[in-house]
Amino acid sequence: MFRSGLIASCILAGLGLTTPVLAQSTVYIPAILELSGAGAVSGTNFRDGMLMAIDEINAKGGILGKKIDTPMLDTQSDAGISRAQVQKVLDNKPYVIIGPVFSGSVLVDMLLTQQAEIPEIVGGEAAAITQKGNPYVFRTSFGQQFSMPKIANYMRDGIKAKTVGVLWVNNDFGKGGRDTFNKEMNSRDIKVVADISTESGQADFSADVVKLKSANADAIFVYLNEEESARFLREARKQGLNKPLIGETTLLGQKVIDLAGGAANGVRGHVGLTIDAPIPAVQEFAERFKKRYNYACDHNGIKGYTGVYFIKHVTEKIGKFDSKAFAEAAHGITISPKDEPGILMEATWDKNGDIDRISFLGEVVDGKQKIVETLPKLGK
Amino acid sequence: MASFIQLLVSGLATGAIYALIAVGFTLLWQTSQTINFAQGEFVMLPAFFVLGAMNAGAPFWLAALIGIALSIVILGLLFKVVIVDPMLKYGVLPLVISTIALSLFLKESAKDFYSSQAQPFPALVPPTDVHIFEAVISSQSLVVLAIAILTVVALNLLLNKTRVGRQMQATAQNPTLARILGIPVRQMVLYTFLLNAVLVAIASILVSPIYLAKFTNGETLGMAAFIAAIIGGFNQVRGAILGGIILGVLDNLSAAYISSQYRGAFPLIILIIVILFRPQGLLGRLEERTV
Repeated sequence: MFRSGLIASCILAGLGLTTPVLAQSTVYIPAILELSGAGAVSGTNFRDGMLMAIDEINAKGGILGKKIDTPMLDTQSDAGISRAQVQKVLDNKPYVIIGPVFSGSVLVDMLLTQQAEIPEIVGGEAAAITQKGNPYVFRTSFGQQFSMPKIANYMRDGIKAKTVGVLWVNNDFGKGGRDTFNKEMNSRDIKVVADISTESGQADFSADVVKLKSANADAIFVYLNEEESARFLREARKQGLNKPLIGETTLLGQKVIDLAGGAANGVRGHVGLTIDAPIPAVQEFAERFKKRYNYACDHNGIKGYTGVYFIKHVTEKIGKFDSKAFAEAAHGITISPKDEPGILMEATWDKNGDIDRISFLGEVVDGKQKIVETLPKLGK
Repeated sequence: MASFIQLLVSGLATGAIYALIAVGFTLLWQTSQTINFAQGEFVMLPAFFVLGAMNAGAPFWLAALIGIALSIVILGLLFKVVIVDPMLKYGVLPLVISTIALSLFLKESAKDFYSSQAQPFPALVPPTDVHIFEAVISSQSLVVLAIAILTVVALNLLLNKTRVGRQMQATAQNPTLARILGIPVRQMVLYTFLLNAVLVAIASILVSPIYLAKFTNGETLGMAAFIAAIIGGFNQVRGAILGGIILGVLDNLSAAYISSQYRGAFPLIILIIVILFRPQGLLGRLEERTV
């Protein structure tokens, strides 16, 4: 009797008939992130924030009684590999996919997830991501079409600039930001007198600073990745570039400040997400993050953390694991920390999957980011 | 004019670092036909040795010496014994593939054991500026240039004015004849690997305050040095030096005066022109090997 039962169990296991028992206890939400290569800083921050949220949710019983099962797949910061990883996880019928962070990867992945009708919660900020009519893509941070108008207003009203120089990184993120920023400048009659592209990973910015100095703009908008921002700031300080340096989130990040040293002091700009936000829930999250991982979280960590709570809240609202229903319910939803503490700040997702929430104007003072003003949601 | 001088000095400093790395390429090729595609990662790694020693409490000067010593052991001795010696007998191609694999291994190991985040690296001198003809030149650039020149001069003295250096030259030109003449060829080959390790460690200490210490640094540096070595001449140390200088200066001047958008293309255009019209490189020689 025992022997025949054992054989039957083996046959069932061999046929895969026992897997639904396991599957019923978990929900498959794979993450496709930049865990190596040039985007590893962003990807690992995003992952670590996400893992914190997953552990918290699983410790409390999961989502609708199911624990979150999130395998991590590495894009190697390469759009082609990212697409292959998405294809791979789609074969296993995920409920939702998280990531990637690089806009270039998101732009190639989102066609696959759209065809499969699986929602994708992304970290990319390029404006184009949510302008393609894809109902299955949702952001975790501002798209450039949300952040750039805020910077443009600051250029006009705060700096009172009539001319600007733009320094941007030549990838999907930088190109999208530069295009949107220049459009906003034109609509405010601010003239772009220098439009300088740089390479991802560029180390020497002396030529770029020389060009910016000769352009003699009223202010300079800097839209680069972390390390490049720090290198540029050092060179700008070295060459005595004395125009206001304005940036968006990255330029005022603590990592850039640490790497640039004193050269970051005086930098100003718009900050979409920051652990220095004057919001107790955000600061408390940042402390827990630092305690767990022994490094300070950047905005990508907040994206990963809140992204998981976004999935949890929408799923609990629809009351089932239905990918299509998720996408429908997530459009137009507003989640406040009162209803879902893990969301940290009230956030609204519009019909395109763009996120809207409060943001901040900041300045680097004595090697620290200082928030000087809180800006309301664009929708208010 | 002031801008031009600034760009020139900055380009020379960067080019000098490329030159050091490119010289290592040529040394290994000359004596053992090793094309080391992990050369960029060899430059990335010593910075982490130095940071590790500093984290353990060593002052910067001591940490730098520890970094150079570890590089000699790991990137010189171990590289030769564990990777090159067993693979070389199967020809150049398997060895090239092995070094590509090694580059991936080193890059991901640096990320996993240290951090994926860029780390600030101490500068050799305080960040002060020197004013020359209204141009603002950082003392850091001048020090980088000076150390790189000293290193190249010392290398030339070693290769041309010492017995060991001449034995290395003989090994590079004709290993069989060198062996008949009683030169310890294996030992000479080992010395070039150790020399390469010293060069990449020095390059790492010079470049990391500018590039910051990051596991991906090798990608850019390795490619730049490889192009520099081909432009200058893969079989001549002085060719590698010239190639490095050309690349560094060209990058800066083309970005400032032609197009920053296409700055990455200019070195490749020069590379193509050199390959088309002088395939042995600007200072390279056909069918001759010297170090």
